[in-house]
Amino acid sequence: MTKARTNASASPAVGRNIIINGAMNVAQRSASVTGIGAADGYFTCDRWEIDVAATSAGRLTMTQTADGPNGISANCIKLDCTTADTSIAAGESLRLIQKLEGQNLQRIGKGVAGAKQITVSFYVKASGAFTFGCELFDNDNSRQITKLFDTTTDWVRQELTFPADEDDGSSPFADDNGLSLQLAFFLHAGSNFTSGTLETTFANNTSANRAAGIDSFFSSDDNNFFLTGVQMEVGPVATEFEQEDIGVTLAKCQRYYYRPTTAGDLTGNTLGQAFSAAGVVGSFVYKETMRAAPTISLFSIGNGTAGQIRKTSDGATTSSAAAANIGLNSFGFATGMSSLTTGDAYDLTFTADAEL
Amino acid sequence: MDNVMIITNAKYIQFDSVNCTVQATIDGQYISAPMDPANRHYAEILRQVDAGTLTIADAD
Repeated sequence: MTKARTNASASPAVGRNIIINGAMNVAQRSASVTGIGAADGYFTCDRWEIDVAATSAGRLTMTQTADGPNGISANCIKLDCTTADTSIAAGESLRLIQKLEGQNLQRIGKGVAGAKQITVSFYVKASGAFTFGCELFDNDNSRQITKLFDTTTDWVRQELTFPADEDDGSSPFADDNGLSLQLAFFLHAGSNFTSGTLETTFANNTSANRAAGIDSFFSSDDNNFFLTGVQMEVGPVATEFEQEDIGVTLAKCQRYYYRPTTAGDLTGNTLGQAFSAAGVVGSFVYKETMRAAPTISLFSIGNGTAGQIRKTSDGATTSSAAAANIGLNSFGFATGMSSLTTGDAYDLTFTADAEL
Repeated sequence: MDNVMIITNAKYIQFDSVNCTVQATIDGQYISAPMDPANRHYAEILRQVDAGTLTIADAD
């Protein structure tokens, strides 16, 4: 006899978690980055972006840390405030976000009749008792909703169910590879985002309502914030955190970012042949088909310097290398140089970035 | 949200005499952005060009 799952009608048994790398197990770029807070960026755990509005004086270190809750994930994201900011300007904000493609969200049916509820669950702890915000922001229709959650010094699973949003009945998520929805953890905000009242249903965006009632992560340089086991699923119930094979998670992450070498290691390389003084032709292939044609950064194997490639025979480097003919699966050329030796072999490594 | 990428030294790169990439420094990173509007860096380059705050130099 089979036993029906509580949320079976809304959420599949496998692949129900819409979030990628919710267990924080993949960090292709780096395990730890300091001095974050001046600009947006992807720094450590794949798919998780630090997003800032008007720049705060606050700074943090972001780390993939082996301190996850037992039985859920060995890893978590740790944010460690290193410079406090107690004078919060109106336009400041700090969010830890994941941006999602519309074509991965069609199961929600948002914006049309029959739209479904969304449940977000996650494991969180902090250096003390804080109230932060968990926001869903619909980029296609500029609608949002935020729910507050509290932290303690111990891991706690938060389970937040967001109401269905039929909107005007004709505003679905675009079924394409563009940005449709952000899951955001609002950790710091000025009055531009806090002076209103939280919406209780999805509503057209009013900035002042987005983070009303949250505390500031930057209130003290003693503050820490830990997050893992993030799951977003269709329906009103937070099911058990979905465990995923590391190879599956890595492949999902590599749709958005790929580096053939591990962080700080330039032992992996690709090889091409100069066809003129200006360019090298090669087969520079990504591991996965990427979301969109990616931004390429070229690096010399020899010294890791950006924009350089290396002559294989003698190790001499050449600057001003740019990638060309960049596609979804590979790029074909390194060009823009002026002193290559036609016919000689050159090696290089690269990163490919197709984040939203 | 309102934070903009700092883009400098933007220049077209040609292949077979056709512009195919924008080479630039974005937030301190030396990058090659394909001319695909779905690429976030190229989209931001276009936005700043439209805003009149960035010029892309012609290819060499």
